[in-house]
Amino acid sequence: MTVIYRCKKIITMNPARPAVTHVAVKDGFILAAGSLKELSGFGEYTLNEQFADKVLMPGFVEGHCHAVEGKWWRYVYCGYFDRMDPHGKVWSGLKNIDQVIERLCEAEKSLADDSQPLTAWAIDPIYYEDKVISRHHLDRVSITRPVAVMHASGHILNVNTKALELADFMRQGIEHDGVPLGEDGLPTGELKGPDAMMPVGRFAGFDQNLFDFDENGLIDFARLCVRTGVTTATDLAARLDDDVVDIGLRVTANEQFPARIVPLRMHHGIGPKELVERVIKLAGQSTDRLRLGSIKVVADGSIQGFSARLNPPGYYNGADNGLWYIAPPQMLEIYELALANDILVHTHTNGDEATDLALDMLEQALKKYPRSDHRFTIQHGQMVNAAQYKRIARLGMCINHFANHHFYWGDEHYNMTVGPERAERMNACRTALDNNIPLAIHSDAPVTPLGPLFTAWCAVNRLTVSGRTQGEYEKITVDEALRAITLGAAYTLHMDGEIGSVEAGKRADFAVLEDDPYSVEPLAIKDISVWGTIQDGRIFAAAEI
Amino acid sequence: MTKPLPVTVIGGYLGCGKTTLVNHLLRNSEGMRLAVLVNDFGALPIDADLIESQQGDVISLAGGCICCSYGNDLGDALVSLQVGETPIDQVIVESSGVALPGAIGSSLSLLRDFTLHCIAVLVDVETIRQHEADRYLSDTINRQLADADLILLNKVDLVDEEHCLAAQQWIATKNAAARQLETVQAQVTPAIILDSDGSHCSGFSASGYAVEKESQDQLVTGPSVHGPAVFDAIEFTMAQRFHVEKLATVLADANSGLVRAKGFVPGENGQLETLQIVGSRWAVSQAPRDATAGLVCIGRIGEISAETIRDCISSSVLER
Repeated sequence: MTVIYRCKKIITMNPARPAVTHVAVKDGFILAAGSLKELSGFGEYTLNEQFADKVLMPGFVEGHCHAVEGKWWRYVYCGYFDRMDPHGKVWSGLKNIDQVIERLCEAEKSLADDSQPLTAWAIDPIYYEDKVISRHHLDRVSITRPVAVMHASGHILNVNTKALELADFMRQGIEHDGVPLGEDGLPTGELKGPDAMMPVGRFAGFDQNLFDFDENGLIDFARLCVRTGVTTATDLAARLDDDVVDIGLRVTANEQFPARIVPLRMHHGIGPKELVERVIKLAGQSTDRLRLGSIKVVADGSIQGFSARLNPPGYYNGADNGLWYIAPPQMLEIYELALANDILVHTHTNGDEATDLALDMLEQALKKYPRSDHRFTIQHGQMVNAAQYKRIARLGMCINHFANHHFYWGDEHYNMTVGPERAERMNACRTALDNNIPLAIHSDAPVTPLGPLFTAWCAVNRLTVSGRTQGEYEKITVDEALRAITLGAAYTLHMDGEIGSVEAGKRADFAVLEDDPYSVEPLAIKDISVWGTIQDGRIFAAAEI
Repeated sequence: MTKPLPVTVIGGYLGCGKTTLVNHLLRNSEGMRLAVLVNDFGALPIDADLIESQQGDVISLAGGCICCSYGNDLGDALVSLQVGETPIDQVIVESSGVALPGAIGSSLSLLRDFTLHCIAVLVDVETIRQHEADRYLSDTINRQLADADLILLNKVDLVDEEHCLAAQQWIATKNAAARQLETVQAQVTPAIILDSDGSHCSGFSASGYAVEKESQDQLVTGPSVHGPAVFDAIEFTMAQRFHVEKLATVLADANSGLVRAKGFVPGENGQLETLQIVGSRWAVSQAPRDATAGLVCIGRIGEISAETIRDCISSSVLER
């Protein structure tokens, strides 16, 4: 049965007819977008006017996030900024350490027995006066149960004394860069980097499979998708063991599951040949709502964690260069095998040296296996420079920039990690587009909140938390940013033929908005309310999800 | 509390022989039950004839040994070892080609039930200089070399003596304290990089070396030969009381001529303490109850001298 939706405006991302008022949908596909008269030519239809005062856009495509965000909401939210949970509750941002302790104390009351850990996330003490949180702060919450709070960056964990005791960290003589000691020679409770975090985190409620979604987590993640207008979301660093794949297949097969999930198998823990074999097998299990069969390679670490690989002159504060998470020949082998088997590879590079490596390896691999439409994508690529953009274009690659990073850590990059000049050209979307590079932008949720309109706002305004515009030159227009969160991201996944725009033959995926991003001030894009989504022709209201 | 499990970290860039070394150690484990942790099961890390069965991330091996992959969570893999049913005597961590073995060693200090035995970094003597000159690898390789207590200069059979010597001198400029041992097919005496069990130090000599008693003191001397390093061992009775940490420091110094030592040494209060030296690393801990005093010292023939070691030992005797 054909349904024709009448809307206030439908933004199509089709340059030939950029805005229309009606769209006809049948069996999850778009028949056409245009005027009612044009659409009625398809024959019998039902007119649906429930969106007569709404603005429809192509369903947003989040090209770099992690479905574990759903799972993380089981922990207590302690972020500095207001953030909406999967059930629509907005948790107010905590503006000082006392507020953090207050919220933790409140959550503590609801825990049953004394040994149950209290686990929280998203704290960011860089915004607080003290800058640093110690176990003594968290001891105010409890001295009998372990308390642990993960930082927003995911690179630091704060714990209380009890958690340290359980992990046998409350002893003299610990010598580790990631475990700062107090004047008493005992750990302060701040744990930096996975090596220091994990041994204590496991006693404080942090699941060892921190990056694998589970059943309820995936359902909650999909709720967040509906609330933010996302109809297709990646799960960009998945291990995809059989049990996790089974969960994914089962959960997404539910007729009420509102999103299309695209998990990429990460390269860790498996050799190049086995990785490609595994991914080929996964591709065979792919369904419409669980798209398997692509690879994520991680080249280096993070800039604010000083584990990204930088070209000279390196870190602004003189920190040692970061770490490789893969050896060059292994990256080359994955690229070659993937090209030979037509498998898509996305590569995480943060530092510019890591980007150079990815470009060198792909250039070499392409000589052996020339492919015209591989769409290998640089993920993050936060420090890509002008010459590298030219190479990215020449090699036929795409880029997916971490636009949200400007806002959350732009000031840190300016003052500490890479310094003013390079901070201003981080995530240089303007230069990417000027080189005709297919562009997407992302949140890396749960690192920053899922929300493509906010991500677009970041790329358009390039404001930092402190309110500075960082990198005026690299701003992009509203239209370019909206394209990046729809067709742009779809392109990087080889899915632009089916999603990303409102055109005949495409999936009936829409973000249903309360306002028109083109008509509001660019500074107000992030404030546009999302009513919900239509995914594959199925209507999902945020208020009811 | 049980004794912490000793962990040997094996580092080095791709192709240097880490997997060969692991298989060599498994074949010559002398009854020790080894747990080998590898970054991934990429190219199968264990020779097929050693494998008894595989279940997911764990391969069971002959002689009660096991091999697990740890992906990006070594800590988790180590903790899983403890809850496993197989009793283990020693852990070997084969790090990935670009990992910094020192960082792995330092993260072990956070785990109560494990202790770092040594960091052995393998070097492909033929290609190390090329890799060090690579723009992407240079600092990683330098950091790996700097982290080492022992550097195994592997594949010496593929180069001439001049090349080998030049490589050794160059490596010494990167890490003067680490001992360098030439190997072919990574065939190093297991007792040098593992902590052979046994409460008496004679257990330590079960590696196939004739232990020269101090009194006999006959050591082969001569110019160093191009080829795999050849070792000699000397045992000292350690009848007096010692400043054990001072003794450890002088013996771990490159001038001692030692590559490896293990023994039980009476400390200040007469209690025996376990002294472990592997290359430039030393550790002193409480000795097991049934230990008897004695110290076995291993060094390269031509470099180890009973006289030098005796001097070191005498300098650490506590005044009455």
